[in-house]
Amino acid sequence: MKLKEILREVNVPVQCRKYGLSLWQCPQFLFLIMGLIIIVSSLIAYAIGTRYIEEPPLVAVWVLLISAVLFTMAVIITNSFERLAEANRMKSEFISIVSHQLRSPLSNLRWTIELLMSGRLGRIEEKQTEYFKILKENSNRMMELIKDLLIVSRIETAKLPTKKIEFSLEDLVEDLIKEFTPLAQASNVKVKFGSQSDLPKIFADYSQIRLVIENFLDNAIHYIKESGLVEIKIEKRNQNLYFEIKDDGVGIPREDQRYIFQKFFRAENILKYQTQGSGLGLYISKAVVERSGGKIGFSSQEGVGSTFWFTLPIK
Amino acid sequence: MKTILFIEDESVLQKTFGEVLKQEGYEMISALDGKSGLRLAKNKRPDLILLDLILPEMHGFEVLKGLKEDKETKEIPVIVLTNLERIEDIDRALELGATTYLVKAQYSLEEVVEKIKKALEK
Repeated sequence: MKLKEILREVNVPVQCRKYGLSLWQCPQFLFLIMGLIIIVSSLIAYAIGTRYIEEPPLVAVWVLLISAVLFTMAVIITNSFERLAEANRMKSEFISIVSHQLRSPLSNLRWTIELLMSGRLGRIEEKQTEYFKILKENSNRMMELIKDLLIVSRIETAKLPTKKIEFSLEDLVEDLIKEFTPLAQASNVKVKFGSQSDLPKIFADYSQIRLVIENFLDNAIHYIKESGLVEIKIEKRNQNLYFEIKDDGVGIPREDQRYIFQKFFRAENILKYQTQGSGLGLYISKAVVERSGGKIGFSSQEGVGSTFWFTLPIK
Repeated sequence: MKTILFIEDESVLQKTFGEVLKQEGYEMISALDGKSGLRLAKNKRPDLILLDLILPEMHGFEVLKGLKEDKETKEIPVIVLTNLERIEDIDRALELGATTYLVKAQYSLEEVVEKIKKALEK
């Protein structure tokens, strides 16, 4: 058991996974690289020393000195990296704990509101129903946010359960368009869908891909100001299916475009009139598509509209 | 009258379900922790058990195991009602013999009541 623990301590990839970071951001890996650099530098210092300095003790001092300076630098750098990585890990843990802990009281709240609204405890006046509806809508919104936070926390800790199946992307899109029709109509938005015939199926996690398209549809409809058009198309491109959703909404300001897939990021122009939203949808979408072996991207112009796309491999 | 044992440490839920199930014509017995839940199941032999998983004294999985290992309680259908939604937890509960697994956040109160009614009809 002891030996196992020691082996785990020196197993760099395992240690790095704990932080949920890539290898090049991981303190343990950087320490290893620093060690290699120190060894190489010492050898070079030795080679230079023996060539230009004639007395052996002086060469030794010279090599020792350089090694000591490099070692101190390495310790300082990796220490600060370790602190950063630890902060990152704690942030992920915080999201996970908070979202788990919020869910139970929120479930209680939602069911209590439902009980009150059902009339089982006595008749409710029409005016009261109106306010109960507000409570219900807001608790649902909170539940959606917590759901997103939980997904983010699972993505970061690499614990997002994935179950790949074969399914038709086209059918999924058609189902979702139907689901979004009331929202689209209420927002004066027309949704058009065109796809090539005889498209092959894709092999991915159904509920995750569903979430991605839901996010895109929701964004496209919400970010159209008065009335507009959302166009969706699916095509086969090489060994992938290509999905594209184009809107004539507010668009993304150029300076905000590089941050658009970042967690919690919301564009400046959107915050002006659309305060709802967590800034997690696109972060989740990117993680899901990339984990499914696809690519994701967009092009956008402020005031003209945005086009988001992703590809997914055919089985 | 059919009896339902609700093992759940949230008293708010005990109250909410108590009210609804009474209106639906069932008798509900409450247990606020795992140990007393298991004891009550043995003493009262309810027709159905609603079981939360994160419980004081004894974890829901332990309760479920205890219920299914006992000859007198192993036939009682158990609906797990929890906020744990990891696939491992769902699989484990079903393997241990739970009839249905419901994630609280995914169902409305009325939907849960429907599931209870259905389980009691069987």
